[in-house]
Amino acid sequence: MNHPAATAATLPSYLDQSDAVRARFDRMKSRETILEVEHLGKTFKSASGTTVALDDINFSTQRREFLCVVGPSGCGKSTLIRILAGLEEKTSGQVLLQDKPVSGPGRDRGMVFQGYTLFPWLTVKKNVMFGLEVNGTGASTAEREALQWLQLVGLEKFAEAYPHQLSGGMKQRAAIVRALANQPRILLMDEPFGALDAQTRARMQAYLLEIWKKIDITIIFITHDLDEAIFLGDRILVLSPHPGRVQELIEVPVPRPRALMQCITPEFLATKGRLEELIHQSTGDDELESYPAVARLTDVADNVE
Amino acid sequence: MKLFQLHRALSQRARLSIGVMSFVLPIALWSIVSYVPAVWHPQVLITDPGSADYLQVEMRMDRAAFDAEVADAKAEDRAPPQGIASNPIYLPSPDEVATAFYRSFTTPPPTQDGVWLHQSLWHSIKIIFWGFVISSIIGVPLGVLCGTYAAIARLFEPFTEFFRYLPAPAFGALAVAILGIYDGPKITIIVIGTLFQQILIIANTTRKLDIALVEAALTLGTKNSQLLRRVVLPAILPDLYRDQRILLGWAWTYLIVAELIGTTSGITWFITQQARYQHFPNVYAAIIMIGILGLGTDMILAQLSRRLFPWDRSLAKTG
Ligand SMILES: Nc1ncnc2c1ncn2[C@@H]1O[C@H](COP(=O)(O)OP(=O)(O)O)[C@@H](O)[C@H]1O
Ligand SMILES: [Mg+2]
Repeated sequence: MNHPAATAATLPSYLDQSDAVRARFDRMKSRETILEVEHLGKTFKSASGTTVALDDINFSTQRREFLCVVGPSGCGKSTLIRILAGLEEKTSGQVLLQDKPVSGPGRDRGMVFQGYTLFPWLTVKKNVMFGLEVNGTGASTAEREALQWLQLVGLEKFAEAYPHQLSGGMKQRAAIVRALANQPRILLMDEPFGALDAQTRARMQAYLLEIWKKIDITIIFITHDLDEAIFLGDRILVLSPHPGRVQELIEVPVPRPRALMQCITPEFLATKGRLEELIHQSTGDDELESYPAVARLTDVADNVE
Repeated sequence: MKLFQLHRALSQRARLSIGVMSFVLPIALWSIVSYVPAVWHPQVLITDPGSADYLQVEMRMDRAAFDAEVADAKAEDRAPPQGIASNPIYLPSPDEVATAFYRSFTTPPPTQDGVWLHQSLWHSIKIIFWGFVISSIIGVPLGVLCGTYAAIARLFEPFTEFFRYLPAPAFGALAVAILGIYDGPKITIIVIGTLFQQILIIANTTRKLDIALVEAALTLGTKNSQLLRRVVLPAILPDLYRDQRILLGWAWTYLIVAELIGTTSGITWFITQQARYQHFPNVYAAIIMIGILGLGTDMILAQLSRRLFPWDRSLAKTG
């Protein structure tokens, strides 16, 4: 644990940006706005009462930005991204994609889910072709494009395999290109690497950055892993729970290109300190349940520590 | 015991040998009852009537009555009747049934207007086939629609729930009055027996669809009108196929009652005829034939599903 108070003296502020980083942000902000979320609210009504999942959410993303969303579980991250995807109705406010209000799902917003949602009855290639075909692309064009996409993520050898024959990492790579094949304006990802083991996860993160660099895509990436958010994101939207509100929109001062070693740099640690502070604040001590003390069940002399 | 660990897959050899056992055990039991005179054999088959003039060769009588007859004869110094321990005529031995089974295919029917076993069977198969096809043409689409759209489910399911409790044979007389005495009412009984269960079972299977797949399809730009064909149907197809296999088995169980309606026909006619003449080995042969046909069809369908649904993971677990 690096407690913010103890490390503040040695670390720079997370607000400090090097010239290169600031120049990058200036360039990013000069690009056109892709997505704008205004006064977005969502209330769930159920038999057990009403839950305000999101309350007055405001933010916008520029084209080719990588925006991460973090927050404690239950703060409405999934609800937010599902509204952006059009899978959930909003209660109030609006969502503008390139200045047009969105309603319902559409091919302009691709989505990658945490669970593996490849269609099990289709081969990997057919999965990637799916979006193209339902949107009216001919079979041969769709196939050619699908193969190109699979090549991009090194899955061309598995084009004819069924999803159950792939490892978790391969499934998510296939799911990512399935979404990208539709050439959406924006890619929504809800804890896409949450089910992967640590090693695969690290490789997928690096790979996702590679893909993001090469194509014109804006990514909104939900995670509860703070390191992942800092490693991937240009900016990090921090939500607080009950009701879900925007706590802060942080510009990540870690320069690009990103590498795993950067996780011990002062900028990285300062940002992480700030995120921990925010999430600690929002969860509050009363919500962290305290576990009871464990009684000793072994001989007093038989110590392991 | 490794064999009795929960959810533990059996080795190929264990699967095969235990599977064979499942048939060997009942046949062994049947053989013991048939061939070991000490087991059961409550009757005596007369081989020599002796001095008892009311007895005849080949006649069966209760052991107690036979023993009394022997004691009487000995007391009066007459020739005692002789016989061997035997089971009642309604329990033939495996070899008698096996012979009857073989002969039913090789010897022509005894009466002029009689039919071969295989002709009876073929007629029964046609009844089942048409009953099941008609039921599926209505039941499968309706079940899928009920499982997909809550409004359609609400409209059809309460009535279907009610109707499935009505015993299909109860409609026999009605079916004859409307459709005559031949195949029409028989097929109708199969349809009534199958259809209502089919709608409910397939609706339930459809409801178990992983909604995340539908959401994934929606985010890929699939229109609502495309969802049914592009996602719902292919996703549930392996389970739907399994349901159909189970339902086909149920259709068979309605066969005998169905064939008794109007003019008795098919395998049921064969069985009742043979039973009337007390040709019980033939009765057993016919019953076993139905079992073999049913199981055989199901095994072929199971094998076919491996070809049809190579992606289906549940196939790896079940047979
Ligand atoms: N369909 C729903 N009906 C009722 N409440 C819901 C529903 N979906 C989510 N919620 C509630 O909304 C809040 C936010 O949920 P969610 O967006 O899943 O959070 P996160 O993804 O950040 O963990 C939670 O309190 C959750 O219980
Ligand atoms: Mg979530």
